[in-house]
Amino acid sequence: MAKGTGNSAAEKAACQVTLEGGDLLVAFAGSWRVGSELPDAEAARRSMRSYPAAKALRFECAQVTGWDSLFLSTCRAMLAVAAEMKLTVDTSGLPPGVESLLDLAAKVPERKGAARTASSAPLLERIGDWTLTARDNFLSLLEFIGEVALACVSLAKGRAVYQRSTLWSLIKQTGIDAVPIVSLISLLVGLILAFVGAIQLRQFGAQIYVSTIVGIAMVRVMGAIMTGIIMAGRTGAAFAAELGTMQVNEEIDALRTFGFSPAEFLVLPRVLALVLMMPLLCIYADLMGILGGFIVGVVMLDINPLQYLHSTWNSVPLANLWIGLVHSTVFGVLIALAGCYRGMRCGRSALAVGQATTSAVVTSILSIIIATAIITVVCEIIGV
Amino acid sequence: MTLQPEAQEPAPRLTVDHLDIAYGDFVIMRDLNFTIRRGDIFIIMGGSGCGKSTLMRVLVGLKSPSGGEVLYEEGSLWRTDEDTRAAILRRAGVLFQSGALFSSMTLAENIALPLQQYTRLRPRDIREVVALKLALVGLAGFEDFYPSEISGGMCKRAGLARAMALDPDILFFDEPSAGLDPVSANLLDELILELRDSLKATFVVVTHELASIFAIGNNSVYLDVETRTMTAHGDPKKLLEESTDPVLRHFLTRGKE
Ligand SMILES: Nc1ncnc2c1ncn2[C@@H]1O[C@H](COP(=O)(O)OP(=O)(O)OP(=O)(O)O)[C@@H](O)[C@H]1O
Ligand SMILES: [Mg+2]
Repeated sequence: MAKGTGNSAAEKAACQVTLEGGDLLVAFAGSWRVGSELPDAEAARRSMRSYPAAKALRFECAQVTGWDSLFLSTCRAMLAVAAEMKLTVDTSGLPPGVESLLDLAAKVPERKGAARTASSAPLLERIGDWTLTARDNFLSLLEFIGEVALACVSLAKGRAVYQRSTLWSLIKQTGIDAVPIVSLISLLVGLILAFVGAIQLRQFGAQIYVSTIVGIAMVRVMGAIMTGIIMAGRTGAAFAAELGTMQVNEEIDALRTFGFSPAEFLVLPRVLALVLMMPLLCIYADLMGILGGFIVGVVMLDINPLQYLHSTWNSVPLANLWIGLVHSTVFGVLIALAGCYRGMRCGRSALAVGQATTSAVVTSILSIIIATAIITVVCEIIGV
Repeated sequence: MTLQPEAQEPAPRLTVDHLDIAYGDFVIMRDLNFTIRRGDIFIIMGGSGCGKSTLMRVLVGLKSPSGGEVLYEEGSLWRTDEDTRAAILRRAGVLFQSGALFSSMTLAENIALPLQQYTRLRPRDIREVVALKLALVGLAGFEDFYPSEISGGMCKRAGLARAMALDPDILFFDEPSAGLDPVSANLLDELILELRDSLKATFVVVTHELASIFAIGNNSVYLDVETRTMTAHGDPKKLLEESTDPVLRHFLTRGKE
């Protein structure tokens, strides 16, 4: 099947290896261009190896109608085989340009030790490697947490070096700019909770308890979890991508050379901004969720608006609000740390920035869920 | 105390003693020994990929060596605690190969950042210092541009202005003239000589530009890829006259010999 557009018989590239008077003769013919139909180069090399007695390698290219890099790479691979078979090579048969380009490619010898071998290690070795990497990652996580803790200590002593203006713009980015999406999602979550509850409660004529369900659920955990997940996707990812890109551009190295500690200068304001804004966003989300429930209660269940609000107020213990705030503060710390950690440990490539962003979001969401489980169990034990 | 024979020479500013550099198991350079004296313009030369930038990262405290010592005037860089290292490096300025400007800040903010932190200048004075530094590298009027809005060569020059922000007395430049046109490259050489003479600063310059190597360098080290160590050390002009090492001659004559 000819891929080229022209006359396929003349365009077709060919390559024949023969033994002639103790020398290997490689005869090329046709058009050797990217896009023309090619013979199996591996087969040609195999047939070269099948004449171990040969002393020299010659080329014959009178029939070649055209060539480009593809021809060069084929020749180069053959020269490598020839070197391996210790043949003396006579390149005079090659087209003139080819000869000089091949010389140029051979001018700088391959850097010893630089080539990487992609070996598939045995299973046990891979498990060992994996364990070592896991240990290194764990140590580097501890180191990061230690650096941030020290940065907090210098903040408490009033010695931390960071820019107030950055803190303000981060507070705006993480807090104020997130208000629309937090409003929408919490309102809808409130609506959904109320709907699901309403269907059951209506059967008993207990519609009014919709307000209790929505109120307690939103204030105690749902408000915090929903903002947490929104902020993980929104802000955690942004932190990782931003710091990762700074790592790629050597900006973080530049900061270090000025004697700024990246933990103080970059991580601290981000953690502060998120820890300050998360509880506020959480309270806001609680209110929006209750509004969602209120809409369902008043419009669909015909509950008196004042009665709905009164019932919410009476049935949600204040302790739930504190629990919700504890949740959201903890989430704020976790998301900021996950985002900054992944960003600071980012490799020096675009791919690495992508990976850092992905794993920041995954780590944040995972730690949010685990933290929720732990806080819930602790609340159960201490009985709130 | 006996008088040293080279008592006339300026005091050493930076001494590298049996330094080994590696990325994990991949050895980049081993057994580097050289001394940079106060007021030197010290050239680090060598083929592409031989480890010049990596050596510079070790000298400015960004990458720990796998063996050996980096001794500043004030003491060892690596065998000490973070605070001392930071204090030593406070007197150093660094230009990275990529420029490494803070991309979220304008050029003026980039240069002002260390000034705000380490000096007691008023905002007005800082603005004037910033304008001066930018003018010195030929970027007057670009104060409010972001790094993404200027060309690669301009980023390089802005990085240079930032490295000089605190008037450091030792400056490390990684390929300062790469990406500059010949006239700007020449101006840069003049700037380096001028700063050396007026501020008595010491320069460590990674460069391939033979013209500037011979024009400004008074001491140098040649890093060889093949043997992974330094194969020559001294004034580049003398090296060109006297060296018999074919690899070095090849380098210093642009492959003509
Ligand atoms: N992060 C890294 N991990 C492993 N090896 C690296 C890393 N960075 C650089 N290298 C290797 O170190 C060697 C030296 O790199 P370096 O950037 O110091 O070269 P250079 O002399 O500055 O080159 P150029 O003149 O092209 O800038 C290269 O061969 C490269 O393969
Ligand atoms: Mg380099």
